[in-house]
Amino acid sequence: MIYAILRRFGQMLFVMFGISVIVFLIFFATPGADPAARIAGRNATAEVLEAVRHNFGFDRPLYVQYVKMMEKIFVTGDLTSFVNRGWKVVPAVMDSIPVTLSLVFGAAILWVVVSIIIGIVAAATRDSWLDKLLMALGLLGISMPVYWLGEVMNLITQSRYHDSWAFSWVPPLGYKNFSDDPKGWFLTLVIPWITLAILYIGIYGRVLRAAIIESLQEDFIRTARAKGLSETRILLRHALRTSLIAFVTLFGLDFGALVGGSALLTEVVFGLHGIGKLTYDALQNLDLPMIMATVMYASVFVVIANAVVDFVYILLDPRLRTS
Amino acid sequence: MILSVRDLKVSFRTNDGLVRAIDGVSFDLEESEILGVVGESGSGKTVSLLAVMGLITDPNASIEGSIRYKGRELVGLPARELRRLRGNEIAMIFQDPMTALTPVYTIGWQIAEQIRAHQNISKAKAMVRVEELLAEVNFPNPHEAMSRYPHQLSGGMRQRAVIAMALSCNPALLVADEPTTALDVTVQAGILDLVRKLRATHKSAVVFITHDMGVVSELADRVMVMYAGRVVERGSRMELFSDPRHPYTRALLGSIPPLTGEKPRRLPAIPGSPPSLLRLPQGCAFGPRCPVHYEPCVTDRPELGIGTHAAACFRVAQA
Amino acid sequence: MSGPMTDSPILETRSLGKRFSIGTRFSAEGKRTVHAVDNVSLTVRRGETVGLVGESGCGKSTLARCLVRLYDISDGELLFEGEDITSKSLSELRPLRRRLQMVFQDPSASLNPRRRVGDLVAEPLRIHGKLSSREITARVAELFELVGLLPDHVMRYPHEFSGGQRQRVGIARAIALNPDLVVLDEPVSALDVSVQAQIVNLLADLQEKLNLTYIFIAHDLSVVRQVSTRIAVMYLGSIVEEGPAEEVFATSAHPYSQALISAVPVVETTPSGTRKRIILTGDVPSPLKPPSGCRFHPRCPIAVDRCRTERPELREYRPGRKVACHFPTV
Repeated sequence: MIYAILRRFGQMLFVMFGISVIVFLIFFATPGADPAARIAGRNATAEVLEAVRHNFGFDRPLYVQYVKMMEKIFVTGDLTSFVNRGWKVVPAVMDSIPVTLSLVFGAAILWVVVSIIIGIVAAATRDSWLDKLLMALGLLGISMPVYWLGEVMNLITQSRYHDSWAFSWVPPLGYKNFSDDPKGWFLTLVIPWITLAILYIGIYGRVLRAAIIESLQEDFIRTARAKGLSETRILLRHALRTSLIAFVTLFGLDFGALVGGSALLTEVVFGLHGIGKLTYDALQNLDLPMIMATVMYASVFVVIANAVVDFVYILLDPRLRTS
Repeated sequence: MILSVRDLKVSFRTNDGLVRAIDGVSFDLEESEILGVVGESGSGKTVSLLAVMGLITDPNASIEGSIRYKGRELVGLPARELRRLRGNEIAMIFQDPMTALTPVYTIGWQIAEQIRAHQNISKAKAMVRVEELLAEVNFPNPHEAMSRYPHQLSGGMRQRAVIAMALSCNPALLVADEPTTALDVTVQAGILDLVRKLRATHKSAVVFITHDMGVVSELADRVMVMYAGRVVERGSRMELFSDPRHPYTRALLGSIPPLTGEKPRRLPAIPGSPPSLLRLPQGCAFGPRCPVHYEPCVTDRPELGIGTHAAACFRVAQA
Repeated sequence: MSGPMTDSPILETRSLGKRFSIGTRFSAEGKRTVHAVDNVSLTVRRGETVGLVGESGCGKSTLARCLVRLYDISDGELLFEGEDITSKSLSELRPLRRRLQMVFQDPSASLNPRRRVGDLVAEPLRIHGKLSSREITARVAELFELVGLLPDHVMRYPHEFSGGQRQRVGIARAIALNPDLVVLDEPVSALDVSVQAQIVNLLADLQEKLNLTYIFIAHDLSVVRQVSTRIAVMYLGSIVEEGPAEEVFATSAHPYSQALISAVPVVETTPSGTRKRIILTGDVPSPLKPPSGCRFHPRCPIAVDRCRTERPELREYRPGRKVACHFPTV
C-alpha cells in the first residue's frame, strides 16, 4: 500500500517535471518569440530591452532560469506575473482553486447521480418509449454547446424570467465563499452546476445504458436468473456493478480535466474566477509564471484523479487485485 | 413424477424466417433419476431445458406444449411464481464455469445470495450453510474458499462452486447443461463422481445434457437422443447402448474411436453435417445423412412411438 | 494412422524450453518467469504422427508453436532434418515455412471472413510459389478435391460453410505447398461429434497420399489414440511418458498417464462404475510455482519422499517406451 502511494507520488513528480520543462521550453525556445520583446512592448529601445532582459533574468542560462522559477513556485511561493508585475502567482492560483473545485465537484455529483439513474432506467426498459425518450434527451444534452447553454440559462434566470416565481431566487453572477455565505455559495452555483452537468449526463447515461445492456448478455446473468433472483436485483447487483468500470474510466478522465481547467467556458459564462479563467487569461498574455503555476496545479489533480480511479477500479473489480 | 414434458415446441422468429428449435419433445423424469440428453449443436437439447427453466427471455420466442413440474403447469406461469421455483426447487448448472459466476463477488456471497433469495434466514446462518455445501462438493478448504473470487479458482473448482450453488436449496430437479465440456477429462471424472454422489444424498432428479456418449453411458439411467429439434431415440442406458435402434444413434456410437483394442484403419463416419433449422428436410431430418433411408423417409416424418425404448425411424417400425 | 515410415528424424528437439515473463519489476510479486515448456527432447520421424496429450496448461500447444517456430525458443535446440533451426531469423526460416504448416482449432477464427475460400487457399501459393495464375487455379481445384470440397465451393465465403467444411478449407490451405510436417492443434475439438470422424479420416487419407508427418494435439484422448502412431504425455511443461500409441493406452507406465486415460468416459453396456478409475485430487499446480522434485508428486497416488526431492528424468526403460517416474508400472 505504502509502496503504491510512493509510486504514485513519484509518478506525479515525474509528470510535473516533464510538463514544466515542456511548457518552459515552448515559451523560451520557440523561434522568434523573445519574451523580453513581448514584455517591453512595441517599439521599445535597445536599452529598454536590455534592462527588461536583465531585470527578468532572461540573460541567464535557461536551466538557471528554470530552477529559479521552480524555486519561486514551490519553495518561496513568491513568483510574480510577467505581465502584471507584483501580482503574486501562487496566491492567485490558491484563490481560484475553491471556485473551480466547487463548480466541478457539485456538477460531478449531479451528473453521476442523474446519469446512473438514467442509464439504469433506460437499460431496464430498453427499446420502450421511455428508453427512446431518455436517449434522445441525452443526445440533446450532448449536442448543446456549454457556452450557448450557459448564456441561455443566464438569459432565462438572470433577465427574462428573473422576476418570475421560478427564478427570483437566483443571485447575480459571481462566486461567494462557502465559509462566508454557505447559502449564497449554493445558490450562485446551482445554475452553473446544471449547465456543466447536462453534457456529461447525456454522455454518461448513454455509456452506462450500453454497458448494462452488454452485461445483461453475459452468462452470469443467466446464472443469476436461474438462481431465482428478482429482475431488479439482477439489474442492480449483477449487471450494474459489472458495468461501472467503463463509467469510472470515463469519469476519471473527465473529472481530472475539468478540475485542471477545462471548465473554462462555464466559468467565463457565469463570471466565476476559477482556474480555467486564470489559465485562459495567462495564455492570452503569454504570462509564463501564471501558465506554469496553473499547469503544475492541473498536473497534480490529473495524477490524483488517476490514482483515485485506479483505487476505485480495485474496489469494483477484484480481478485487478494482485494476490 | 417430477417432470413431465409433453409435445414441447419452441420457435424463434428471425430475419430469415421461423426457426423451430424444438419440435414436439416429450419426456418424463422420475424422482432421483438421471436423464441423459445427447445431441449435437442445433439439436435443441439446451433450448428444451432452458424452456423448462423458464429462461428463454428472447421476446421473439414462442413456447407451446406442456411442462408439468410435480403436476404443476409451468408454461404460462407468471414470472413471480416461476422465480420462486427457479434456484429453489429447480436448479441449473451451466456449461462454462469461467463465465457462469459474477466476477465481482466472492463464491460465498453468491451462494448465500441464492439461499437468501428463497429462505428467510440470517446472513450468518446462510454462510454456515455455504461452508457445508462447499465441503460437500469437496473443496479442500471450504472456509477459505468462501472468500475467494471466481477468477482465483481453477475451472474445476469453479464448476464445483456452481454445483454447490445449484444444490444450496436442495432442488428436486437439477438441470446440467454440458457441465464438463469445458473441463479436462481428469477434472470431468471428479465432477461426474460428484453428480452421482449428490444424486444419492440429495435425491435430486438430474437432466444431464451432453454431446459425449461416453459421459452419458457412465452417468445416466435413461437416455434421450436428439437431432434437429426432435427426439430420435429414447431408452434406458442399457437398452440404448447395447441395442441402439435409430441409425443416427448407431452412427454416432460407431464414429467414436475406441480407447482399447485394435484401431480401425478408418472410422465409420456420418456423411454431411447437421441440417440448418431454417432449411429442414421435409421428411426425416436425418434422412439425407442416413445410410438406410428409403422412400417413406423423404416425404413423411417418423414418429417416436411409445414404450420405454423407442426410435423415430420407419426402418425400426418396420422391423 | 500408418504411413510409409522411415527411421530418419524429420524434427528433433534437444532439451527444448520456452519461458514467458509475466508482470513487471513494479508489480506486487515482481517480474516472474513461467517455464511453459521445460526440457523437452522429442524426436519426430518422417511419416509418423506424434500425439501430444495432457491437461490444459500442460504446455502442449506452446510446444507445438515452438516446433514450427511461431514462438522463439528460450532453451535447447530444434533441428529440422538434422539442421539446427533454433535461432534462425525469420528470413532464414522463409524457405522452411513452406514445409512446416499448422492447422488451428477454430476454423472460423483462422479464416478471413471477407475473402472467398478459393482465394484463402490460393494465398500461400501466391506468396511462396512461382506459379502462374492459371496454375494456381488448377492447384486450388486439385486441393479442393483432395480435401473433399466441391469445385464450385471456391467462390464461397467462410461463413457459408459448416464447421467441418471450414476445417477442410483450413487443411487445404495447410497442405497447399506440399509441406512435410503439419502441426494440428485441436483440429476436431470445435466440430460436432458426427463430423469429427470425417476429418479424422481425411487427415489419415492425406497423410497416406502426401507422405505427411503430423504432430497432433487434442484433449479428446480417443481421437489422439486413433490418429497417432506415438504419444507423448505432458505434465506441467515436460514429457512424462512417451511410446507407441496403443501401448501407452493399454499399459501406461506413469501414474499420471494412467489417471488421465482412466478418466476418459467410454461407452459401456455393463452396469456403471465397473471400470477402474483413478481420480486425481487437487488441481494442476501453477507453473509459476512448480512443486519440487517430481512435479506430479502432490497429486500422485504412489508418491514417496524421494519423489518430493528428486526429479525423475525421462528415460527409455524398454525400446520405444520412455517414462519419467521413479516407480513406473512396467
